[in-house]
Amino acid sequence: MTVAPATADPLAIVPPEVAADAVVIHDETVAARNPWTRVIAAGDTLTMVDVGGNQAVDFLVYDAHDTELRYSAPDTLQGQDTIYLTTGSVLRDAEHGPLMTVVADTCGRHDTLGGACSKESNTLRYGHHTRAQHACVENFLLGGSRHGLGKRDLVSNINWFMNVPVDPDGALGIVDGISAPGLAVSVRAERDVLVLISNCPQINNPCNGFDPTPVRVIVTRA
Amino acid sequence: MTTATTAGAKAHAREQERAAAAELPRVLHPASAYAGDLPPGVSAGDLVWAETVPPGGYTSLVVAAGTRLRVRDTTGNGCAHLLVFHADQPTERLNVADTVKVQWQAFLTAGHLLLSDQGRALATIVEDTADNSAAAPRHDALFGTSTLARNVERYGSGDVFGPSPAGRELFALAAAKHGLTRRDLPPSVTFFEGVSVSDAGRPAFVGSSGPASITLAAELPLIVLLASTAHPLDPRPEFTAGPLDVVAWPGAPTAPGDPAWGATPEGRRAYENSTAHRRTSGADR
Repeated sequence: MTVAPATADPLAIVPPEVAADAVVIHDETVAARNPWTRVIAAGDTLTMVDVGGNQAVDFLVYDAHDTELRYSAPDTLQGQDTIYLTTGSVLRDAEHGPLMTVVADTCGRHDTLGGACSKESNTLRYGHHTRAQHACVENFLLGGSRHGLGKRDLVSNINWFMNVPVDPDGALGIVDGISAPGLAVSVRAERDVLVLISNCPQINNPCNGFDPTPVRVIVTRA
Repeated sequence: MTTATTAGAKAHAREQERAAAAELPRVLHPASAYAGDLPPGVSAGDLVWAETVPPGGYTSLVVAAGTRLRVRDTTGNGCAHLLVFHADQPTERLNVADTVKVQWQAFLTAGHLLLSDQGRALATIVEDTADNSAAAPRHDALFGTSTLARNVERYGSGDVFGPSPAGRELFALAAAKHGLTRRDLPPSVTFFEGVSVSDAGRPAFVGSSGPASITLAAELPLIVLLASTAHPLDPRPEFTAGPLDVVAWPGAPTAPGDPAWGATPEGRRAYENSTAHRRTSGADR
């Protein structure tokens, strides 16, 4: 389920370098806890807006014409000199080809390591009582099922607006976010791509500030 | 020896095993013929598998729950790229994101679990002889394996039949032996070549501490894919890989009362999930 677009002018919300000379071809608000999928044409840019602040957006991307070519966190990291994503990061597939490029980012950095929450992993992280809770993998499976994708197609994903530092001794974890209401990240499709989003429903850690909120997704064409 | 006739070709083929040099990489039959260092408390007669995987090569094994699998870098140049799948339902497989997130730790060593996407322990790292430290981890769960495209760029070739095989190509072949395809290949873990991460999130290749071994305990019946090739962040301009010595012997999955069972609450719940699954699925029979 999605709700009607917010009334604010989308071109006033996307980062100015994306808004310049662009036309809006899609504008939608994804309700808290919901999946969202869309094919983004080569050259178009998807901007995700953290409407309420510190809302993790779990994200997978596939070549729209050959979904075996899907986002690969290791290949993305091999192609840059940091474990985080920000402007300039190239999202690579498992054969090392570019799928999308981060072209604007007002948040600053995003997670590549933490993956998606699932009902099953929640039982390990928080206790067996959390198995009944909704989770990102459920959203990925639901969204993917509309495009012929299944469990085999799910791999380690991006978490926009989520803060996962790695300490020098390797300790890592999801900690309080560095995002805020209205911050946005924009990714340009390098070829026709299918995007799966889970607007993260997690309530057991700070990835959504313990309060899942909507995200706005705006597709622009230069 | 002529190979112009079927009889000559057969005789020629049959001569090759006898003529091969003893040190060439191979699977040993029986495994008890293994002449390398045995794991503590394990006798040669206990071994059910013994193999040397050559540099640039791969292998795959199906192992029963409880099986111990030791992978040894005998030269200090080895790098073991590993994927594990639930043998009875291979859509359940290693999930490195859950593995590092659930255990609050990116640098894997003895005591850590390899977790599936179904909240279960696939395997436990029960032994690690590499010289790990916080500043110098010797294993890597973040940077995955190498690709054909990138090995071509770095070494001029990434073909499995060339001098610098790409890990994903090797995995694709190993997976195919089990009816699995590239769709079934998630991010992998590597052993014996480490990468540290700075406070600012910058990776630095740490590399090997020299010859070392890791031993896994299978917590479920597993398909194990193992590739022997250079780490994707290995900065050396020449392709560097070494042989991997693999031995396996029977054992039991982690059970209540074992020190590993209650070492962490996250691990305990993973063992609980694996144990319940073995019981319901019949894998414990």
